[in-house]
Amino acid sequence: MKRQLIVFVKQVPDTKNISGEAMTPEGTVNRAALPAIFNPEDLNALELGLELKDRFGYSVIVATMGPPNAAEVLRAALYRGADEAILLTDKGFAGADTLATSYALSCCAKTVKNYDLILCGRQAIDGDTAQVGPQLAEKLEIPQVCYVEEVIELEKKKIKAKRSIEGGFEVLESQLPALLTVVECNEPRPKAAKRIMKYKKAKTASELKKFHGNADYTDAPMLTEEEAKLKEKNLWIHEWNAAKIGADLQRIGMKGSPTKVKKIQSVVLEATEVVNVEPTGSGINKLIHELIEDHTLG
Amino acid sequence: MAEKRGNVWVFIEQEAGKIADVSLELICKGREIADRLDVKTEAVILGNNLEGSIETLFHHGADVVYQVEDKALEPFTVLPYAEAIVSLLKEHKPNIFMVGATLKGRELAPRIASTMLAGLTADCTDLQIDNFVDKLTKTDHKDKLMQIRPAFGGNIIATIVTTWEDPQMVTVREGVMKITSPNKSRKGKVVKVKPEISASSKIVKVIERITQEKSIDLKKSQIIIAGGYGVGSKENFKIIYDLANTLNADVGASRAAVDAGWINHDHQVGQTGVTVRPKLYIACGISGSVQHRAGMDESSKIIAINTDPDAPIFSVAHYGIVGDLNEVIPKMIKAFRAKV
Ligand SMILES: Cc1cc2nc3c(=O)[nH]c(=O)nc-3n(C[C@H](O)[C@H](O)[C@H](O)COP(=O)(O)OP(=O)(O)OC[C@H]3O[C@@H](n4cnc5c(N)ncnc54)[C@H](O)[C@@H]3O)c2cc1C
Repeated sequence: MKRQLIVFVKQVPDTKNISGEAMTPEGTVNRAALPAIFNPEDLNALELGLELKDRFGYSVIVATMGPPNAAEVLRAALYRGADEAILLTDKGFAGADTLATSYALSCCAKTVKNYDLILCGRQAIDGDTAQVGPQLAEKLEIPQVCYVEEVIELEKKKIKAKRSIEGGFEVLESQLPALLTVVECNEPRPKAAKRIMKYKKAKTASELKKFHGNADYTDAPMLTEEEAKLKEKNLWIHEWNAAKIGADLQRIGMKGSPTKVKKIQSVVLEATEVVNVEPTGSGINKLIHELIEDHTLG
Repeated sequence: MAEKRGNVWVFIEQEAGKIADVSLELICKGREIADRLDVKTEAVILGNNLEGSIETLFHHGADVVYQVEDKALEPFTVLPYAEAIVSLLKEHKPNIFMVGATLKGRELAPRIASTMLAGLTADCTDLQIDNFVDKLTKTDHKDKLMQIRPAFGGNIIATIVTTWEDPQMVTVREGVMKITSPNKSRKGKVVKVKPEISASSKIVKVIERITQEKSIDLKKSQIIIAGGYGVGSKENFKIIYDLANTLNADVGASRAAVDAGWINHDHQVGQTGVTVRPKLYIACGISGSVQHRAGMDESSKIIAINTDPDAPIFSVAHYGIVGDLNEVIPKMIKAFRAKV
């Protein structure tokens, strides 16, 4: 059987490039106005997975949990070289904190069953928690190697990886299967034109139904036919819900989340009383004088 | 009789026996919270042959130190640390467990929280005790830990509460909690623990390890002259060093200057660099992104030098100089030399 690895990725709002349009008049962020992007470090994780595909012939499965339109991020992964894609989507997954998220992802990995490696980006830019990777490893009872920069060796049962630590780096050897969290360590390959041509037709079941005017499988047998055709051409994006991955409904979504958000405040620039200093010799002389007088300087 | 509340626990991070600053910061914060809840502050330190470093934990406010020693705990790897800590948490049932948000802390805490089925909030910048009403389940929670953290790229501040069983777990950003001055006569109890570490926790081995001392620790600096992308080049960073030398200050930088390769990452101030609180911070050619401000806006005095009068840095500055740093800085050096 071909060796498989799973890359878990996330679609996130682009918090790095908050443009003028995404700001409200009060100076706070309007999240809905932010474009959705491939979480940057997940792209690094995908690239590492694709390098392992090139080096060792791995089959790369990419999976994400999110709303139906998160299939977009899976297609972006297929364009770059992923072999298979899984969308975990279910209303029950909504409102999950990192514990409930890692539980759902662990059910997904167990459903895939046969894997040597799980790759995740170190953290997602919407939360910056870096918790899902280690929690997922714990749920699967496999070792974790965090902050990986490079896979040095990969054998049948062992992996050697270089990772960053405080003030330097470390080479760790771990048994397989293992989970790696990946930092910004490589140049993710661009989408391949040929693959775009092919995989832009890749669909989830929901997308197929929508494509046919929200038809239903029971009264539109052509859906079953089309599904078979897409599968044959490897253009089928698996769409799995909580039942399909055997998730305990008490442990997913809001119910499975021990943390609750009490309050959200937007960071508004509070205007401090700023003393305007003229960039002239006398303006600066006066400033330095003041700072010496109040013992800040000297 | 009301059930006795659990204590406040702090994970003590050590490297070659030296305790991380953030662990002392958390002992001080833990002391404050424990006093508020009328419980003890307890520290847990792991390693092999840990000697000498324990006393300072008592001086800063710990009542009890669990000293956990085993060969498998040196050097640090996640699995044996997690196993040893989980078994202590199950035995002693603390109310709160705090871990520094260092690289080690951020890989260790989630592994532990997952086993404990505990809530965990990452990178807190403030912690408070307050009541919480869960509107969903209509339950009242008394004296809960308010876990306050920036999210969404620093654009929002969220207050998070753990509603499940204890412990309430947090990682806390380095440099944000203050270290109170130690009381050298304060004493406490050491509890030595010999952990049981299973073979399955020993399947990750450290093959090689290379570290370098940090070239600078800005957390301790009194005056910082920070240069940003507006400095323009590596060569021109000399002007920043000139001002620093004149004022007996250290040099900081924005991420844009670090990314450009003008100065090394140890100098980076901000969300992904160090958090500083000097008595004077001079930002030169730094626009003042949220991520940068997060690391410096608590400085006692801030001077901003920027050609753009609308740069956000001016919103946190006490003194603003709208001008070219290449002209302003030499004038500052000249003015200072003339005064002293
Ligand atoms: C997750 C994340 C984490 C981050 N963490 C950090 C962090 O820890 N620290 C950090 O600093 N950034 C961080 N950033 C990056 C941050 O968003 C900004 O990109 C960065 O701080 C910008 O650096 P800058 O102000 O030097 O550069 P710019 O934004 O390019 O600003 C340069 C400024 O120099 C001024 N200028 C130009 N020429 C002159 C001159 N001759 N004289 C005077 N002024 C001049 C310009 O008007 C401008 O305001 C992070 C970003 C993300 C997304």
